[in-house]
Formats: sequence, C-alpha cells, structure tokens
Amino acid sequence: METDWIWGLVGGLMIGTSAAIYLLGNGKVMGASGIIGGLVDRSGLDTWAERAAFLAALVVVPALMLPLYNVPVTTNITSNAAIIIAAGLLVGIGTRLANGCTSGHGVCGISRLSLRGIVATVFYLLAGGIVMALFRHIWGLI
Amino acid sequence: MKRILFAAASGGLFGAGLLVSGMTDTRKVQGWLDVFGNWDPTLAFVMGGAILPMMVAWHMTTKRAFSLLGTPFPARPDPKLGHNLVLGSFLFGAGWGLAGLCPGPAIASLSWGGFGGITFLLAMIGGMLMTPYLRARIDLIAALQHRRA
Repeated sequence: METDWIWGLVGGLMIGTSAAIYLLGNGKVMGASGIIGGLVDRSGLDTWAERAAFLAALVVVPALMLPLYNVPVTTNITSNAAIIIAAGLLVGIGTRLANGCTSGHGVCGISRLSLRGIVATVFYLLAGGIVMALFRHIWGLI
Repeated sequence: MKRILFAAASGGLFGAGLLVSGMTDTRKVQGWLDVFGNWDPTLAFVMGGAILPMMVAWHMTTKRAFSLLGTPFPARPDPKLGHNLVLGSFLFGAGWGLAGLCPGPAIASLSWGGFGGITFLLAMIGGMLMTPYLRARIDLIAALQHRRA
C-alpha cells in the first residue's frame, strides 16, 4: 500500500525509542535475541526479572492493540511446517552464535557505528536475499 | 523494581512499533529481501526510523557515566569480527528469509501468530539451546584449522 512507508517510519521511530529507553534507563543494548536467549541458555538468569518483564510487555502490548485494526491482523506465515522449523532453528542458532539479530546488531549496532553490527547486518541481509532468490524464484518453495 | 518498569516500557513500545511498522507481517519482510521480485522498501524506513533515536541515545551516553538507573553503559564490544559473527549472521539471515520472522516480531506476534508462529518460536528456542554445544564444536574446528595454517 502507498502509506506503508509512513507506518514503517512511525513504527521504526517507536522501535528506536524503545531501544533508547532500554539503553538510557537500564544501561543495556536492546537485542531481542539476547534478551530471550539469556533466559533460554541460562546465561542471563541474574537479570531474569527485567528480561521477563521486557518479553511479557512485548507480547501483551501488541495483543492489546489488535482491536484498533479494522482488518484481521495476520503474520502470513507459511503453512509448510518443515520450512517453519528449519527457519526457527536457523534463527535461534544464528542469532546466538553471532550474539545479535536485527535489533541488537541492526538497530543498536549500526546507530553506534559498530563494525560488528554493520558486518552482521551485511551478512544476514545477504543470506536473506540469497534464500529468497533460491527458494522463491528458482525452487518456488516460499 | 524501576529496572522492571523501564524494561516493560521498552518491551511494550518495541512490540507496538513492530506491529505498527508492519514487521510482524512475514510478507513485508520477505518482500524486502526479494530483490528479484516485487521488492518492498518498507523495512528500510523502519530501520532508518529506528536508528535515528538510537543515534541520539548513544550520543547521550557519552555525556554521562551511568544510566538513569545507575548501571554503567555497555562497553564497546571487542572490534574483532571472528568466524561466529559471520557464520551466525549468515545462518540467521537464511532463517529470516525462509520464514520472514526475526526474534522480535516472532515474540511480538505470539498472541495472533497461530500454530505456525508458536512452532517457529519453539524451534528458535530449540536452536538457542543447541548453540553452546555447536559453538564449542565450531571453535574447536577453527582452532585446529588455525594451527594447521
């Protein structure tokens, strides 16, 4: 739709502001994979309460906003279970190996002009583009 | 208690921003990555919009020693890139393209993502549980190759 970029920009400013609250308030980099990953592999249990609060609000607030939309909100995720599971495993392993995802390396890293964040972003964009080219245009699977 | 409130405010605004921007819609994310198809530039506006407030925030961290709640700001990470950063980011990007979900939107869409969304989240958590063992293997292989070279 023609207005998508405006909503993208507005939502992006909200995402950046949320990361700024976490940085200036809690003194930490807001990375979604790190916040949940530290609970999953128990490496961040010393700060479990603030991690859990972040994740709970991350689920609850958008859920409460759904009635504001007069069209059904959907993720449009594929129904192919094998692709979903493979994708989930790759995202889980990849973000923990690289110590960051789109929020930690992308939003927080690039804005700090961190070489690690920029290099990570180049590689995950490259891989995503290659996967789309192969799986959509060559094999027609997604 | 204040740390929990700030974290909840941040997580809530993050989730709202992900929904408003359209990043919980896998078609928009895959559309951005689909440079050979019907390319969707929305993600660039999201990323640009998110980076702006954070540039200001990082600048503010240089003006004071501690965060509002009294803890020091995160130190600059070791600038060394390393194989795990490159390999991990590549694997992450592949999964991101396959499903159109990264960790933030996968969690934010939990309440309406249905069975597929929950399956993705469980697989992601499974991958996170496997990573310490995989990382040890990868580091061992890298060390052996380094010695050989």
